[in-house]
Amino acid sequence: MAYNKFNVFHWHIVDDPSFPYESLTFPELSKQGAFHAITHIYTASDVQTVIEYARLRGIRVVAEFDTPGHTLSWGPGAPGLLTPCYLGKDPSGTYGPINPILNSTYQFVTSLFQEVSAVFPDFFLHLGGDEVDFTCWKSNPNIRAFMKEMGFGEDYKKLESFYIQRLLDIISSLGKGYIVWQEVFDNAVKVRPDTIIHVWKENPTPYTEEMANVTKAGYRALLSAPWYLNRISYGQDWMAAYQVEPLKFEGSSEQKDRVIGGEACMWGEYVDVTNLTPRLWPRAGAVAERLWSNATVQDLQDAYVRLADFRCKLLGRGVQAQPLFVGYCENEFGGF
Amino acid sequence: FFFFCPGLETFSQLVHEDDYGSFLVNESEIDDFPRFAHRGILLDTSRHYLPLKSILTNLDAMAFNKFNVLHWHIVDDQSFPYQSIYFPELSDKGAYSRNHIYTPTDVRLVIEYARLRGIRVIPEFDTPGHTQSWGKGQKDLLTPCYSGEQPTGSFGPVNPILNTTYDFMTKFFKEISSVFPDAYIHLGGDEVNFDCWKSNPEVKEFMKKQGFGTDYAKLESYYIQKILDIVFSYNKEYMVWQEVFDNKAQLKPDTVVQVWMENNYAHELSSVTGAGFTAILAAPWYLDYISYGQDWKKYYSVEPLNFPGTEKQKKLLIGGEACLWGEFVDATNLTPRLWPRASAVGERLWSSRNVTNLQDAYKRLTNHRCRMLRCLHEK
Repeated sequence: MAYNKFNVFHWHIVDDPSFPYESLTFPELSKQGAFHAITHIYTASDVQTVIEYARLRGIRVVAEFDTPGHTLSWGPGAPGLLTPCYLGKDPSGTYGPINPILNSTYQFVTSLFQEVSAVFPDFFLHLGGDEVDFTCWKSNPNIRAFMKEMGFGEDYKKLESFYIQRLLDIISSLGKGYIVWQEVFDNAVKVRPDTIIHVWKENPTPYTEEMANVTKAGYRALLSAPWYLNRISYGQDWMAAYQVEPLKFEGSSEQKDRVIGGEACMWGEYVDVTNLTPRLWPRAGAVAERLWSNATVQDLQDAYVRLADFRCKLLGRGVQAQPLFVGYCENEFGGF
Repeated sequence: FFFFCPGLETFSQLVHEDDYGSFLVNESEIDDFPRFAHRGILLDTSRHYLPLKSILTNLDAMAFNKFNVLHWHIVDDQSFPYQSIYFPELSDKGAYSRNHIYTPTDVRLVIEYARLRGIRVIPEFDTPGHTQSWGKGQKDLLTPCYSGEQPTGSFGPVNPILNTTYDFMTKFFKEISSVFPDAYIHLGGDEVNFDCWKSNPEVKEFMKKQGFGTDYAKLESYYIQKILDIVFSYNKEYMVWQEVFDNKAQLKPDTVVQVWMENNYAHELSSVTGAGFTAILAAPWYLDYISYGQDWKKYYSVEPLNFPGTEKQKKLLIGGEACLWGEFVDATNLTPRLWPRASAVGERLWSSRNVTNLQDAYKRLTNHRCRMLRCLHEK
């Protein structure tokens, strides 16, 4: 990242499949939720190592604790946190998003984020808020009763908003700013004006339109939608990433000023230590140049020559960056 | 962990760990044999040079997956890393650099390392197309292209009309036949672009003299047949890409035709085996064509014998190859790109036809992948 002048490490640290973050306040979360409670965790010391290593390279670490969806791994270590799904009158045994109707939920969230706010020094926390599946909420009779009580009708987006708003208030009171995925904005959740909206979806709304809408509403925007580098395909896909122009949308110059940058994302469904580096580099370099250099720096042929050469440099520096196309480096990876 | 990763591959896969960390094997009787005899991996060391270490690591991975053929696509347009004893200029001028070569010692090492793992090494010296790099070190080998009356300065496929071409090939394949001990050499023959031949007045003249009319496939076959005869005279058998068959060259009965074009490959398998030739299947297994998601499933779901044909024809399909062309692959990403995706092909070529359950395969393959991590790491 440092070689490519990236300055933010967005650490999507926990999600459905596993919870590797070792919490001091809630040690059971990783004990029960990590793939392996001893080997597949980040201790408090590990986390500090990452933060400091990053800091020395001018890189901020923005941690994401994604809720209320994407939280299945939180369940085993925090009984009562997730919504029990129902099959008719009875619990089915499976769980859904965080349960937004219980006070215990907000107590838990407050304590957890108290810790997280102290552990991660950056002003911003990423709070997630994406892809909340309402099916489980709808199946739960207590939640349905709550919906009635609150006058939300059948609009579960209102329930999602209810949770998110309380979460945002908690985070604000902890003195942190927040970044959220675009659904929070799309679902008309009331957020503070200094919220940063992270645009990631390509449909149903084209991301250019979303960027326009987000900035028009006065929020700052981060762009990731065309830069999901986990979505591999055959050929020189770095070119498509390079040709993205983040400010190419209908809007005033004030709106354009609200686009503060973007992120190349490497989601982990098919990625681990065996393939992370070649899959991310040098493709992410295309995104890096787009975010650093002037809008006029666009020539693909020229970029190819520089990026291919830079890739050889990365190899020389011990970065296992894969080739862009046919060719060679003076020093191949692993030597001759 | 050492006994996990020996040559006794099937046995090693029986070993499991109990809750206390002990390694156990249930008493079993092993009755295991491959369905297909030719189970290959194609590696391309021309588009990108592959350092020896990565080739050897790959041979280990192949052994873990019971592959028994390394199809070494060693040279091509972009570079000529094979250091020839008779024609040192080929790699001197044609390799990416002095370091990007395979010396005779390197080649011997690969062959021996493979042999100890039960893996044959079939080299491919692809001609007459895919030969740009040959022209750097061997003057007059390639056809000069013309624009009207003038040579353009660029070159096309190997020049099929000159005696010097066949003198060269005779000597060159003499070397190859002695360097590579396998009974087979792959002679390529794919994707020959006729434009350059068509532009060259001497070639056009030759076409007339031979009575080939404007059918350049006939010229291609003329060339191929002479190469096949040369190689045959050294007591080698040959493999060729499907175009050689499609363009109706006269092939010896033991020729192995490699079917690689995806469009209607089942039909091609019928034609090839229907004409009495042995075939190997690569078309659905181009692993360099990466895509998002669990593409191993589609490789696993291929049934090679799903083509119209008699019992006799089906017997002529002797196996297949997972191909990892090198345009976007080198030592930085070879291993994770090839494995464990190629393992799906490995099982398809080894196991019984009825071993097709995807869910079950997933469980076993994820386990196998962890095992490979341990074993390749040990090395």
